[in-house]
Amino acid sequence: MVSMETTPEEWARFTPRERLQRFAIFLVVVAAIVWALTSIDVIWAWVFDAPQQIGDLLGRMVPPDATNLPSILWVLVETVNIATIATAIAVFISLPVAYIAAQNTTPNAATLWLGRLILVSSRSVNTIIWALLFVAIFGPGIVAGIVAIMFRSIGFIGKLLGEAIEEIDRRPVEALEATGASRFKVIAYAIVPQVMPTFWAVAILRWDINLRESTVLGLVGAGGIGLILQSAIDTFNWQEAATVLLSILALVVLGEIVSAWLRKRII
Amino acid sequence: MLKISQLVKRYGNGAPVLKGLDLEVPGESVVSVIGASGAGKSTLLRCINRLVEPSSGSIELNGLMLTDLKGAGLRAARRRIGMIFQSFNLVDRLTVMENVQSGRLGYLPTWRAVLRRYPKEDIRRAFELMERVGIAHYANKRADELSGGERQRVGVVRALMQEPEILLADEPTASLDPKTSEQIMDLLRALSREFSLPVLINIHNVAEAKQYTDRIVGMRYGRIIFDAEPAALDTAAMDEIYAGVPAEERGEMDNVTPLRANNA
Amino acid sequence: MSALPDTVPDTWRKPPMIANPVLRYGLMAAIVLYLGWALVMLPLDWARVSEGISRAGRIFSGAFPPSFARSGLLIDGFLESLKIAILATVGGVLLSIPIAFMAAKNLAPRPIYYLGRALIVVARSFHPVIVAIIFVKAVGFGPFAGVLTLIVYSIGFVAKMLAERIEEIDWGQVEAMRAVGAGYFPTLIYAVFPQIMPRQIGLTIYQLDSNLRASAVVGIVGAGGIGSTLANAFGRYDYDFALAITIVIVAVILVSEAISGQIRKRIW
Repeated sequence: MVSMETTPEEWARFTPRERLQRFAIFLVVVAAIVWALTSIDVIWAWVFDAPQQIGDLLGRMVPPDATNLPSILWVLVETVNIATIATAIAVFISLPVAYIAAQNTTPNAATLWLGRLILVSSRSVNTIIWALLFVAIFGPGIVAGIVAIMFRSIGFIGKLLGEAIEEIDRRPVEALEATGASRFKVIAYAIVPQVMPTFWAVAILRWDINLRESTVLGLVGAGGIGLILQSAIDTFNWQEAATVLLSILALVVLGEIVSAWLRKRII
Repeated sequence: MLKISQLVKRYGNGAPVLKGLDLEVPGESVVSVIGASGAGKSTLLRCINRLVEPSSGSIELNGLMLTDLKGAGLRAARRRIGMIFQSFNLVDRLTVMENVQSGRLGYLPTWRAVLRRYPKEDIRRAFELMERVGIAHYANKRADELSGGERQRVGVVRALMQEPEILLADEPTASLDPKTSEQIMDLLRALSREFSLPVLINIHNVAEAKQYTDRIVGMRYGRIIFDAEPAALDTAAMDEIYAGVPAEERGEMDNVTPLRANNA
Repeated sequence: MSALPDTVPDTWRKPPMIANPVLRYGLMAAIVLYLGWALVMLPLDWARVSEGISRAGRIFSGAFPPSFARSGLLIDGFLESLKIAILATVGGVLLSIPIAFMAAKNLAPRPIYYLGRALIVVARSFHPVIVAIIFVKAVGFGPFAGVLTLIVYSIGFVAKMLAERIEEIDWGQVEAMRAVGAGYFPTLIYAVFPQIMPRQIGLTIYQLDSNLRASAVVGIVGAGGIGSTLANAFGRYDYDFALAITIVIVAVILVSEAISGQIRKRIW
């Protein structure tokens, strides 16, 4: 307890320095917003018109037209296949990548940097950009979509798996090295069992994400439901577009339920 | 017979942790190494199977110069040295049987190891050893479902599966309660007789060292300053080994409860 | 435990993960069949693929060395992406707050709770590119469609996380405020906001970073920013410019990830 001559009549939550700091941050934020608002290339009349335009568009979607539902559902299955195959292949490829990108298992500095390079380049390029590239290479279709999703997934899975490898308990590894086991057997017995839970969790999580990503591949020509959505929109067939959107919503929600269930079962 | 001469270990450019040790462990004897934390006990043990690389000096096991080995030769030599750890160092998510069989990894072809297709004689040997230490009925349990004492028994069986020529035990009882740790010490002594194995034990608990081992080696600051029968370890010798260390940390069991888990 | 039988067993099998053999083998067969079927269904045209390899060679040789000749266009694209990200973050976070309160089980009445949840599920389920394509049709090409898209995208994440945080708040503080007779809004300001504020700032910074990333993508379908620049370069076979853009995108993403990580570490 500090004794005081007089009881203070003012109370402030922050010291003047803290207040200054907060004020400066606030000023920077406001300046950024003002800069963005005033310099963005937007026709403001359209902005004020936007609610009506959007309302109009939604109005044209009702009621959804289900005449093409069977073929939509069929392409939806194809979309699931893209996500599943791409995830399955990416999981296998990301195993060695994670191994060389983890500091405690990588053979040497060169492999460590190679691993990190693969992870960074895969992770920072979005699936859609990968898809643009692979459509240019393989031509429009599912194959470009699968390869694009695969390329993006390797970085995601590899990074999380590599971090799991870096966090393992070192002690069983030491014990198995002491028995005279070779490097490969130490990995199989002391490292693999420890990262298995993360492995499954990451694979399921990525499958869930890939399901979402595979719905848009078609917009750049890489297969899946996006293709149908694009053609419905291009022909102003908004009622069919609504059906496609609803089926995508159902697919994604279903995928989330399945992956939550799998997570609970396996881990 | 384990023969260590002029063993030096230094980390980086600091003062050496081991300063020219000489030690001989003849067959079938249980030798304990005592000393305060930081005396170099653990480093000494790990230099023997080269988990820690010695800076200089030589270590010889039954005529094989361990300090010269590399790669496959080193791995073949490690098969002959069983090791038991303070925190058991089991793979928690594998079954007891897989943990036990991992002691055979140095001998097994890779495909057998990966597919868990262990040879019949290895499985029989595993069941016999697990029966001997009282854990056979746990074969299919996951290692993390067992109690501390049971886990250490799995560690002991794993080491014995190697058909070792020597057993190294690094604070094998430091994570266990008093009763269990006596059982484990008793077991180590009995196994040493049954398999005619020399056993080298790092231990914190001087009372256990006196009771269960044939010979006590006392270390201080990287040197051996005591090496004799347990009976010869009197108060004067203890004071020299543990100078400056409070009584309860010496683990003299008679009237003080040692803080095992904490001071490990 | 009873002892072992007289003879020591010499066989051992790891207990399988699924005990029921019918289910186990059935599941394995189903997985193999599915993957086989899915692979067979692939319209793999090997002639097209081998042709694609040589095309890839042409693309890559066209892309090297990356051309920064039109760096003015590149910088403009980036600044536009940054503006889109800033405005979308502000709009998204502001809208997320009421939606999160609607979607918090412990504060909202049942029907409003379901409405809030439904909004979040819809915002989360549609990939930003799909949302972008619809907004582009509704309000025209350009950055405004991008801002609207990323507002929806931000709501999907920020409102969800915030609602979860609100559901975890310490209820005692709310009761204490009610006990001194505070009304609904004072209670929110004194008992609820202080508890969610740190999380909210962290989420906002994270979302700014995510929006910057996403704005590079939604531009591809015409919603402005660097993505539009990239799509145009691709469309005109300017592969060297496209590579330059991609390199800069990667660099900017790495830098912004590092910055937002640092800031969040300080705040949390």
